[in-house]
Amino acid sequence: MDEGQAIGSGGKWFLAGMKGIFSLPAMILMLSFVGFCAFTAQAGIPVEQVVFMVGAVWALPAKVILVSSILGGANLLTAFIAVTLSSIRLMPMVAALVPEIRTGKTPIWLLLFLSHFVAITAWVFAMERVQAVPREHRITFFAGFGITLVLTNMLLVAVIYRFVAEFPPIIAGCLFFLTPVYFLASIWSSARHPVIYVALAVGLAAGPLCYWLAPEFDILLAGLGGGTLAWLVERSWRISKEARA
Amino acid sequence: MTVLEGWWAYAFIAIAGWLATDIWRWLGVLAGNRLREDSEALNWVRAVATALVAAVIAKLILYPTGILEHSPLWLRLGSVAAGALAFFIGRQKPAIGIATAIAVLAVGLYGLGF
Repeated sequence: MDEGQAIGSGGKWFLAGMKGIFSLPAMILMLSFVGFCAFTAQAGIPVEQVVFMVGAVWALPAKVILVSSILGGANLLTAFIAVTLSSIRLMPMVAALVPEIRTGKTPIWLLLFLSHFVAITAWVFAMERVQAVPREHRITFFAGFGITLVLTNMLLVAVIYRFVAEFPPIIAGCLFFLTPVYFLASIWSSARHPVIYVALAVGLAAGPLCYWLAPEFDILLAGLGGGTLAWLVERSWRISKEARA
Repeated sequence: MTVLEGWWAYAFIAIAGWLATDIWRWLGVLAGNRLREDSEALNWVRAVATALVAAVIAKLILYPTGILEHSPLWLRLGSVAAGALAFFIGRQKPAIGIATAIAVLAVGLYGLGF
């Protein structure tokens, strides 16, 4: 294969990733951004700051917490701690994704750069679709999807900001509810490892339980505790099944 | 309510937003780069990542913000249950489950006079 062909096929996979913007997950995320945009417009955050926030922070829950901190008059350190605690989940998400998309030759700087585009939607989408992509093109495919998704949502927020301040309550409520319902359906339907089903069920129960026990660290506790429990359960099933086989 | 102005707003967002989220992504790259795809350690990381996301989902449903804060819990749980039922009947197609859950919620909110 000559150089020109290699670039041509790389471009093809970047484009294939870009087309992910027309997928159901991307559509739902854009609707969620319409909801977020309405929230910031009502709060009076200037549109330039909102667009910058979309590109710089990207993860939607982290942005909601950042905006709430700003509105509450929190100082820089307090806001940093609140946002960073809510974002610890990004570490295991990225750690689970990286072995799926890298090859032995993928440079670390490229992974560090592309990790910025990981948030729940891109993660669910990539874990689901990347299996159908040849390994040497997975990183290109993810780059095409991730970069397009961020840029499109920055543009979306810039354009619709002035129109969204007054939404009918039913529309606003349904926009908000899309996110959890979509995450549930797509994680279940895209799971390729049995441990995912167990972890999803345990996490759903552990979330509220940990919120009741320790509201400041609920997500972290539910993830580490619930995830470890799910892993132990699935592993013991697997071992006993292998013993019987 | 406070609104930040000028360059300070961007510095604030860059430090408390950008840096606060990207350090975890970078640590994830460093950790994930050492994991083999078929290892038990990666299986554990998968379980923790999924449980974390599941906890976020549960919180969004049980403790929503905005307009849904004033909606009854039974309506939100009922919408999710109806969506789950449709999802499993409809061969686990996400669109079927999502559309059902949202439709039930919308009808419920309308019926309650929202």
